[in-house]
Amino acid sequence: MSPSPRYSSDFADDTRLSNGGRLSQQFHIDVPMLVALLTLAFVGLIVMYSAGGQDGGAVWRQFFLLFIGFAVMSVIAQIHPTTLKIWTPWIFGAGLLMLFIVLLAGEIGKGAQRWLNIAGFRFQPSEIMKIALPMMIAWYLAESVLPPRRARLLICSVILVVPVALVAKQPDLGTALLIASSGIFALFLSGVRWRLIISLLTIAAACIPFAWGALHDYQRQRVYTFLNPESDPLGSGYHIIQSTIAIGSGGVYGKGWLNGTQSHLDFLPERETDFIFAVLSEEFGFMGVLILLAIYLFITARGLLIASQAQDTFTRLLAGSLSLTFFVYFFVNIGMVSGLLPVVGVPLPLISRGGTSLVTIMAGFGILMSIKTNRKLVSH
Amino acid sequence: MSEIVHQPATPFRLGVIVLLVVLACAVLVWRAVDLHVFNKKFLQEQGDARAIRVEKVVAHRGMITDRFGEPLAISTPVDSIWVHPKTFLAETAKHAQLAELLEMKVSDIRRMVQSRHDREFVYLKRRINPTIADQVMAMQIPGINTQREYRRYYPLGEVAAHVVGFTNVDDQGQEGLELAFNEWLRGVPGKQRVIKDRLGHVIKYAELIKSADPGKELQLSIDRRLQYLAYRELKRAVFQHKAKSGSAVILDARTGEVLAMVNQPAYNPNNRQYLHGSRYRNRAVTDTFEPGSAIKPFTIAAALESGRYTPQTAVNTAPGYLKVGSNSIRDIRNYGKIDVAKVIQKSSNVGASKIALSMPGEKLWAIHNKVGFGMTSGSGFPGEVEGVLNHSSQWREIDQATLSYGYGISVTALQLARAYGVIANDGILMPVTFLRRSEMPKGEAVMQKKTARQLIAMLEKVVTEEGTGKRANISGYRVAGKTGTIKKAAAGGYQDDKYLSVFAGLAPAGNPRLVMVVVVNEPRQGDYYGGDVAAPVFRKVIAGALHLLGIPPDETGPHSIHVAAAGARQ
Repeated sequence: MSPSPRYSSDFADDTRLSNGGRLSQQFHIDVPMLVALLTLAFVGLIVMYSAGGQDGGAVWRQFFLLFIGFAVMSVIAQIHPTTLKIWTPWIFGAGLLMLFIVLLAGEIGKGAQRWLNIAGFRFQPSEIMKIALPMMIAWYLAESVLPPRRARLLICSVILVVPVALVAKQPDLGTALLIASSGIFALFLSGVRWRLIISLLTIAAACIPFAWGALHDYQRQRVYTFLNPESDPLGSGYHIIQSTIAIGSGGVYGKGWLNGTQSHLDFLPERETDFIFAVLSEEFGFMGVLILLAIYLFITARGLLIASQAQDTFTRLLAGSLSLTFFVYFFVNIGMVSGLLPVVGVPLPLISRGGTSLVTIMAGFGILMSIKTNRKLVSH
Repeated sequence: MSEIVHQPATPFRLGVIVLLVVLACAVLVWRAVDLHVFNKKFLQEQGDARAIRVEKVVAHRGMITDRFGEPLAISTPVDSIWVHPKTFLAETAKHAQLAELLEMKVSDIRRMVQSRHDREFVYLKRRINPTIADQVMAMQIPGINTQREYRRYYPLGEVAAHVVGFTNVDDQGQEGLELAFNEWLRGVPGKQRVIKDRLGHVIKYAELIKSADPGKELQLSIDRRLQYLAYRELKRAVFQHKAKSGSAVILDARTGEVLAMVNQPAYNPNNRQYLHGSRYRNRAVTDTFEPGSAIKPFTIAAALESGRYTPQTAVNTAPGYLKVGSNSIRDIRNYGKIDVAKVIQKSSNVGASKIALSMPGEKLWAIHNKVGFGMTSGSGFPGEVEGVLNHSSQWREIDQATLSYGYGISVTALQLARAYGVIANDGILMPVTFLRRSEMPKGEAVMQKKTARQLIAMLEKVVTEEGTGKRANISGYRVAGKTGTIKKAAAGGYQDDKYLSVFAGLAPAGNPRLVMVVVVNEPRQGDYYGGDVAAPVFRKVIAGALHLLGIPPDETGPHSIHVAAAGARQ
């Protein structure tokens, strides 16, 4: 299994660091991706210190979670894609089972039934689905001719709809959205015909009024609020008004670290979790936002590069889907906090506080790294 | 394998994806530019509007002192403790310790906060000692805050309550001189910019825009010692005679300064809870009464000034009553033919009426008007009333007669004292003030000096064994004064069982320094004559006051030796 110099010289981007390249190959780590992720984690800790009211405890907690996240990533990176592929149906099946259990006997928190408690370890099965679903679709499509035939697409849509519906029922619209998009990306990358995509989009658009009826009241309220936050400035519009004030008042260069008034004077809600972007924007301004976006974009691009270089259908679809899901994460979060999108509970990856989604994201990067570093060993 | 065959489709797809990703990021950047650059000013103002507040800096209210600088009203800093209920209730560990410090029950605190848990601001305890507030803050209990205020404290309590008055919770004068001189005392609050968090906690004092200008000190003419003395004696008399109310006023005869002014019932200005408004009244200036015989000297003054009378002029008061139209004016007994001095000494209503009726009404009205009846004293005291003195053109014959012995005219205790001040001050009317005079004001000569002196001599005879005011006599000093015992007016006439006892006097008669009026309203136990109820109050207070002020005795002759002997016996 050990890589030989012959292979590593084939990587255009790794020739610069041939030693490091060899080492990273050995440990199945993609160095540019790792550096970008570490930078992001570091930025996250800095912002967390400010958002958490300069409480060292909050930073340590987040540091610990990041440590676990990176550890999970490193461990998963060691698993060969072939092994992952073999496990896929089992992981998906287990995830689906747990979603059913949550539906029947999950723990309720903040009005939603999302948590499962197994041997004292609380977690959200929906998080597993974020990875299990694209894996499953990639696995299923990899068995067939591409672009997939109609029958396969039908089964694919069942694979997609069932977990998404279960998560949406919890209700957890943000996660359902992320799971759905991960599956859709996999399908899209598999080469579904444009004609079909366009007709599906048309059908989806036609379905919007029905979907509207199926939404929960609070979800509908969020959309109203998004369309006109000033209509209820002290109620549902409060979050978004406070966060846009925080972002805009930062100006080009920001108010400086620890100097944000909106966040430090307790006006900004959820400032350690979903709205942490507003803290960063207020204190580091437009420049800070640009840097953050650059890092995110770099990571996404790197993921897509890995996908484009992947050598079989399973890894290619999986890598592409994971990268794009990561993109959806930060796009939806930033879009929501800056008032472009309705409020959906999506964290800012690696920056927001919160363990489960962090671990899932890092597991995704582990898979990406495994795909990247095991490329040459896939036989044609 | 088939998948490799279809791979060429992917780069295009990937291109579409990359394009979409870049577009999406461009949207985010555009939005960021929109907020950070184009809307920056507006949003920054919005942010500031949420966090930056301009707050009032409370100004220290000026102190009120007596004529020697002894405090009568002081503002002391106090702190009020308030909490943000949700934050406060979330952490209960230190509540017991807090309750102990605030001298409250834990259960009471909890109930208080719990019942208002949806609010952002609940007072736990208002106006506590700042040291205790500091200790509370040192405990660092979440959700707890202090607020600085000033509390008005009145060291003399009820003794000076009516004169000084009080302020409300916002430090504004409500009654008495606190109200009259509010502008002078209150100062101007300053302004400061503070940064507050969502819960209203002041995070930082950003900038002082304008510092608070403290209020100015107010020095009253009141002499704290005389005030105490007058209060004590009036209270004792009112209590002894189970009277309804009472007032006493001491004026400086030369300057017109109010040296003491007390009333019963009084109140404690430091704790005004559950008090009825009637106790707040400074009756000495707000309540009028018919002065009765205490006003006789002014009819006599008119007579003397007319040149037709001297103190020795004889007046026939027989047979002890006088018919005026259908009314009859009575004396207690038939004094027969007596001189003018005796009319005063015996307080003969018939004699006074005859003198009054012998003169033009206009002259009689003029003297009462000139000494200040029927108008306010000009003291500026809130709620001061004018009393009633009808013009002589409106009088019937009987009105002219009754005026001479004090019916059909109403006065305040302060007015009566001021009018006696004319007698004491050689006929010069001084403006009345509650503030200490730094220079002598110009008085108004309203009576001849000679008349005033003759009146004093006659009034001295009242305070002798033969006079009605003998119980006002002070050993070692010559005292002049006049009693009054008035049947109280009621609907449709006068009541037989309700009296007002009055004594108005001055001392020392040789060189008058103090003028005092004592009014006791509706004494219900024991005596009710002015000479028995009001005169003793005058004696005790003025005797003490003369000693306190170091005014030398002016009585010479055997009587003073008798006094010395009496002092030796004790």
